[in-house]
Amino acid sequence: MTTNHEIRTGFYICHCGHNIAGVIDVMAVTEYAAKLPFVVVSRDYKYMCSDPGQELIQKDIKELNLNRIVVASCSPLLHEATFRAATAKAGLNQFFMQMVNIRENDSWVHEDKEMATLKAKDLVRAAIHRVAYHKALEKKKVPVNPDVLIVGGGISGITAALTLANAGKKVYLVEKDPTIGGYMAKFDKTFPTLDCAACILTPKMSAVKEHPNITLWSYSEVTKVDGYVGNYTVQVTRKPRYIIEDLCVGCLSCIDACIYKEGKFPSEFDVGLSKRKPVYIPFPQATPLVVVVDRDTCIYFKTGKCPQSCAKACDRNAFDFNQQPEVKEIQVGTVILSTGFKTFDATRAPYYGYGRYPNVFTSLEIERLVNASGPTEGHVLCKDGREPQNIGIIHCVGSRDEKTNKWCSRVCCMYSLKLAHLLKEHTGADIYNFYIDMRTPGKGYEEFYDKLLNEGVHFIRGRVAEVSDWAITHVEEGKLVIRVEDTMIGVVRRIPVDMVVLSVGMEPGDDAQELRRLFNISCSNEGFFLERHPKLAPVDTFTDGIFIAGACQGPKDIPDSVAQAGAAAAQALALIDTGYVELEPNTAFIVEELCSGCRVCVTMCPYKAISYDEEKHKASINEALCKGCGTCVAACGSGAIFQNLFDDEEILSEIKGVLVE
Amino acid sequence: MKYMYFPGCSLKSSGRLYEQSLMAVLNRMNFTIHEIENWNCCGATTYMSINENYAIEIASRNLALAERQGGDEIIVPCAACYMGLLKTQNYIATDEAIRTRVHRELAKTGLSGNLTIKVRHPLDLFVNIIGLDAIKQHVQAPLKGLKVASYYGCQLIRPFSTFDNVWDPQTLDMIVKVLGGESLYWPLKTRCCSGSMTSTMPNIGSRMNFVLLQNAKSRGADVIITACPLCQFNLECFQGKLSKQYREDVRMPVMYFTQLMGLAFGLSEKELGLNRMLSPALSHS
Repeated sequence: MTTNHEIRTGFYICHCGHNIAGVIDVMAVTEYAAKLPFVVVSRDYKYMCSDPGQELIQKDIKELNLNRIVVASCSPLLHEATFRAATAKAGLNQFFMQMVNIRENDSWVHEDKEMATLKAKDLVRAAIHRVAYHKALEKKKVPVNPDVLIVGGGISGITAALTLANAGKKVYLVEKDPTIGGYMAKFDKTFPTLDCAACILTPKMSAVKEHPNITLWSYSEVTKVDGYVGNYTVQVTRKPRYIIEDLCVGCLSCIDACIYKEGKFPSEFDVGLSKRKPVYIPFPQATPLVVVVDRDTCIYFKTGKCPQSCAKACDRNAFDFNQQPEVKEIQVGTVILSTGFKTFDATRAPYYGYGRYPNVFTSLEIERLVNASGPTEGHVLCKDGREPQNIGIIHCVGSRDEKTNKWCSRVCCMYSLKLAHLLKEHTGADIYNFYIDMRTPGKGYEEFYDKLLNEGVHFIRGRVAEVSDWAITHVEEGKLVIRVEDTMIGVVRRIPVDMVVLSVGMEPGDDAQELRRLFNISCSNEGFFLERHPKLAPVDTFTDGIFIAGACQGPKDIPDSVAQAGAAAAQALALIDTGYVELEPNTAFIVEELCSGCRVCVTMCPYKAISYDEEKHKASINEALCKGCGTCVAACGSGAIFQNLFDDEEILSEIKGVLVE
Repeated sequence: MKYMYFPGCSLKSSGRLYEQSLMAVLNRMNFTIHEIENWNCCGATTYMSINENYAIEIASRNLALAERQGGDEIIVPCAACYMGLLKTQNYIATDEAIRTRVHRELAKTGLSGNLTIKVRHPLDLFVNIIGLDAIKQHVQAPLKGLKVASYYGCQLIRPFSTFDNVWDPQTLDMIVKVLGGESLYWPLKTRCCSGSMTSTMPNIGSRMNFVLLQNAKSRGADVIITACPLCQFNLECFQGKLSKQYREDVRMPVMYFTQLMGLAFGLSEKELGLNRMLSPALSHS
């Protein structure tokens, strides 16, 4: 260990323009630090993080033989890497550099200049005491498995999978439904270009199926995740579809042969607007095109009494009614979660009458109704078969609402415009849009809004109070009456319509919390997956090697989802092509001779980093999994666990430094 | 558990049939409530709008009295009293200045207390404490075929009460169903009855009354039931005048839900005060 008389510390304080110098008397701190023990040189500089600032440190290290560096500036989250690199470049071990945060922890949160300066001096003193005890440490390198797991096969997952597969990486794409395609597959057209959604999506779905680098597991779920960045072990459970996937060619003879002559059960794909049989494919372009037998509705599973006409009709013997869940275990280095969202349940807003009045639809239902391949082949009719003469589209159902969800779902204004256009095209009806604010930020979006205004669609600004069948005048008889305050003209209006469309917002998926726990990531307050930084790390999570893309991170439209999927793929590629990850050395380690084998640490570790050797009766820590939280160090009754950068000397000297002038 | 009873002015005057039927029904179910001794005005409506401070102070006195008399909960049938007492508790809980002043003023009369005693509406009591099963056991004359429009009014279920769904309340409908009646879907069930506007701005008030009666009738309702004395008064008292004014017969029975319960329980029209109603009394078979 370095003895005291050899320690030569350089102290550097940053003005950060006015950010620090505007509150803290930088010169006073510089002069004060110069008199502290071991300090050989004490300097200030306008921007320490700039090249000249860094060069200042490097020059001093070389010329003054410095062996400890303390930089008082901003948060280590921002510039610790910068100053560590500068230190290393001058030939000194980077862990001999200690940062003091006098910006976020001092100048930005205090107004009293004198006290803030005093606080800066205290923090600086603590660091100068601590750094004397620092030791040279090395970052460990761990290889990265080049294979990638993508969870969720909507447009985001498909995009990420194809990007990575085209880059030559092996991809596992896991989808919980029987087909990939997600919500986009259900849409008719996409805004603002009115491209046919299926036309642009299905080629990508086929490409996923055909790609030699992609293993597609539909009707499957991730059930267990172990390991760490670069080296995850993942268990995927494939739900039984009672069909041997390799044998099925998608001829669909079995569906024709089912003892149900007509579909009887609500089709998940058509959001209940059409009926399917117990043996079915979700839609004609389903990928993989493999039928699935629904255990809950199949007569054979319910009663055991069915001639199994479906199986008999299959000339490839693809049916297997004894199929069990199949568990696959894979090794991957990185994971992309693209698990999507769910739409707001409109029955949670009873004042809009969904579920009460047959002609109140959700926007997703209308997507299916206007779709040429939908349940009505694109004919939009009221439930009693009438052609709607007038249609009201209510925006922000389950969005921007204190009673339900506070957030703006971002896509509803645009898809409402799209639906208004399509409904007008299909029915010629008068269309009313009820909006709070029109939010059309995006390329070509505002222009699309203009186009709709010119098409003669009505726009009424106001949050709708209620939809009811309460008729006052004859015109209103037999209609749904939308009551709304028209805030443009300041009156309460009653608009009678034949059909109401509720533009439902986007919510975190039902399985978001389960996935969060499984992959050890965080969610923001409303339940969407939390990104590492809202601006600068939008697809990273706080768990290294786990990336997020698409609407699982927050409401977004197709272009944004695709962009994020590309970003997530690029981040995964960056890790894979680097080939290794460097692990912070601030990890804990166990001195085996001192360990009593009590296993307290094993249960305490939040990262499952500690294992117990049954033969040796000792615990040991997997450095790659350890996040350096220190819980085990504090918990160990035998004092057998130590942590790099946080050993007793370092901590006690820092405390002494901050307390004793 | 000691249940106190706060009648407020209405249940001793225009709404006395509400009190009479509530007591008759509770009596039949062997459920006792104790009228708060020496109670005073709840402070609602007019007082609340003219001087909120005084209104809250006098309302607090009732809470303090109920607590001192050993009550665990107060049953408050009038929707305005109910809302006024809940509002008072809410203000006391959330505003330190109000809390301090209320306790100071109460101390002048020798009163004190937490003022957090549970304030409960009889509807809440019947559905959530006594329970629908217990009600069902007392039904002797099921209201078979009777189409009932359940009217909640504006202040029974919001903004301070929590016992029912604000947007689509169900408790009255649930009671109607256990009594054997048919509960009509009625989107106007939380619409305002016009409150005191029937006397202060009669042309607006009567329009609001008419809309409710007309709509309930056009949906085929045999009777409207309410849980508020002012709603009952407004909907019942002007039916003849409204029918003339709007040239549409909107005459129909408007009863307290407790009267309907009593009928199903086999209580006599006299016990329930039905003989004193202004609207044509329900001839129940």
